[in-house]
Amino acid sequence: MTEEAMDKPSDGVGCGAAVLMDIRNVSLRFGGVKALRDVSFDIREGEIRAIIGPNGAGKSSMLNVINGFYHPQEGEIWFRGKRRPPMKPHTIARHGIARTFQNIALFRGMSTLDNIMTGRITRMGLGLLSHAIWWGWAEREEVQHRERVERIIDFLEIQPIRKTPVGRLPYGLQKRVELGRALAAEPTLLLLDEPMAGMNVEEKEDLSRFILDVNDEFGTTIALIEHDMGVVMDLSDRVVVMDYGRKIADGSPQEVRNNQDVIDAYLGVPH
Amino acid sequence: MFYREAGEFSTSYRDDAQTFPIAFDRRRYYLVLAVGFGVIPFFINDYWANAVLIPFLVWSMAALGLNILTGYCGQVSLGTGGFMAVGAYSCYKLMTAFPGLNIVFCILLAGLITALVGVLFGLPSLRIKGFYLAVATLAAQFFFVWLFNKVPWFYNYSASGQINAPERTLLGVAITGPNADSAVKYLFCLAFVVGFAWIARNLTRGSVGRSWMAIRDMDIAAEIIGIDPYRAKLSAFGVSSFFVGVSGALFFGIYLGAVEVTEAFGINQSFLVLFMIIIGGLGSIFGSFAGAAFMVLMPVLLKNILVGGLDWDTAIATHFEFVIVGGLIIFFLIVEPHGISQLWRIIKEKLRLWPFPHDH
Repeated sequence: MTEEAMDKPSDGVGCGAAVLMDIRNVSLRFGGVKALRDVSFDIREGEIRAIIGPNGAGKSSMLNVINGFYHPQEGEIWFRGKRRPPMKPHTIARHGIARTFQNIALFRGMSTLDNIMTGRITRMGLGLLSHAIWWGWAEREEVQHRERVERIIDFLEIQPIRKTPVGRLPYGLQKRVELGRALAAEPTLLLLDEPMAGMNVEEKEDLSRFILDVNDEFGTTIALIEHDMGVVMDLSDRVVVMDYGRKIADGSPQEVRNNQDVIDAYLGVPH
Repeated sequence: MFYREAGEFSTSYRDDAQTFPIAFDRRRYYLVLAVGFGVIPFFINDYWANAVLIPFLVWSMAALGLNILTGYCGQVSLGTGGFMAVGAYSCYKLMTAFPGLNIVFCILLAGLITALVGVLFGLPSLRIKGFYLAVATLAAQFFFVWLFNKVPWFYNYSASGQINAPERTLLGVAITGPNADSAVKYLFCLAFVVGFAWIARNLTRGSVGRSWMAIRDMDIAAEIIGIDPYRAKLSAFGVSSFFVGVSGALFFGIYLGAVEVTEAFGINQSFLVLFMIIIGGLGSIFGSFAGAAFMVLMPVLLKNILVGGLDWDTAIATHFEFVIVGGLIIFFLIVEPHGISQLWRIIKEKLRLWPFPHDH
């Protein structure tokens, strides 16, 4: 796995591929606090793009800008070659961007199956009336989508907990269900906010394998925030490093690792 | 033991998603329906119909409606009484303005009008949550009681300020009015409630219900995965008000026959329905029925025991009822916030294994 991951930056995935999302000079302020200052980078089709940086660097704000939860005061976001006007998060979800959250944000009153089925909501279009009648359209739609969801359940190896309310599941499995819910939307761009936070080594290995498989099998472009440097260096094709709301480095894991600014940001410099 | 699950396998996703996946459950449900439609009407008397069964059905309908809004979508409402009044007065106006209109359509149209009004009063939910929303819906409650008192057009300028249901027939049988037979009234309500419970189940089992529950459980995550919160909340308000409006129409037209708005649809009714779904179980269809049965049957039972059996004073018995209801609500909120339906679920889980609890 490591070898394959190491090969990735040079095997052409990402390097020559088209740009999926281009973030141009984005600045985001909350009153006097500047969360993002003039950040620009791109995400190419089919790559795994990591965003790293110390606490408070603006990584989560960046993801929130990408999926429309925050609207930047300055800058543009280009998605699939078009400039994206300001949109509500639920509209952006319909354009093929899905995400997971740093703190698990599952629907606790629902089962694993229902949580993942909810992930397909952007692809289900029937109205109240057909649901009220159920027979016919609504039932057929439900079964069709159930088949897709079962494939995700198989992929993530969570068949035994299908009907379990998610509140009862251990942390690692909850994270996996959340990944399933995001995958159910069949996104073009998948945003993962600290997918490994709080996991033990074994759980991290499992999840890393799932992330690589998602990228390989479904061709999903992935942007992830992660603090575990081993994971970041192994998984990602290219890395953006942020500090104090600014981008301080951008490049392959090797380049970033040797960058003096990055080392300074993480280790601190005497002033 | 009581649940024989051995040998029951779902071989399609359709089977797996049915309401009662266990055959035993399914058969019991059909049995209840068969008894409800085929046996009870022949043995029913006026006391049972008017004191127990019809109020139970009408309140079940209201509880189903509020449960969709509060239990499934997480939006607290204290306006149930007001929306029932909208249903009742719409039904009355339709019945008197269009005497030829079939009573079934009158009731359904009354529901539709209430749904529109409900969506209107649901608009604040787009901005405010929790207690603040509850207060906004409380405004609806007081507004409608005031409106139906102050504007004589709504009660057709009658001297008493009451509205009286004129006689309407269905297939030649009187459904409303003083000549309606109690068995017929019971069957009519039962048909409505069974139909609407089925609709409630359908709405909550698919993507519509999931979008409501997602908003209830975590609204920000719901929005980010693609649920339009406005649409989800307003549809919950609309559907819920439809149910509540129909229950108001049945309450007025079938159950009481004549109502005066302050008495019949006051704030007490809003709380009564809220207590029903809290005790019965939030976010559960069965819970709506269990809660309605509990709140309707308990006073009857207490009255029979305390006044009839122990010779207590009626006033003391009534006050004792408040004590018991209050105590039970506190009990449920502390011990079992998911209500009777959760207790029922636990009992079923236990019965699956009984008498060998370690035999999986």
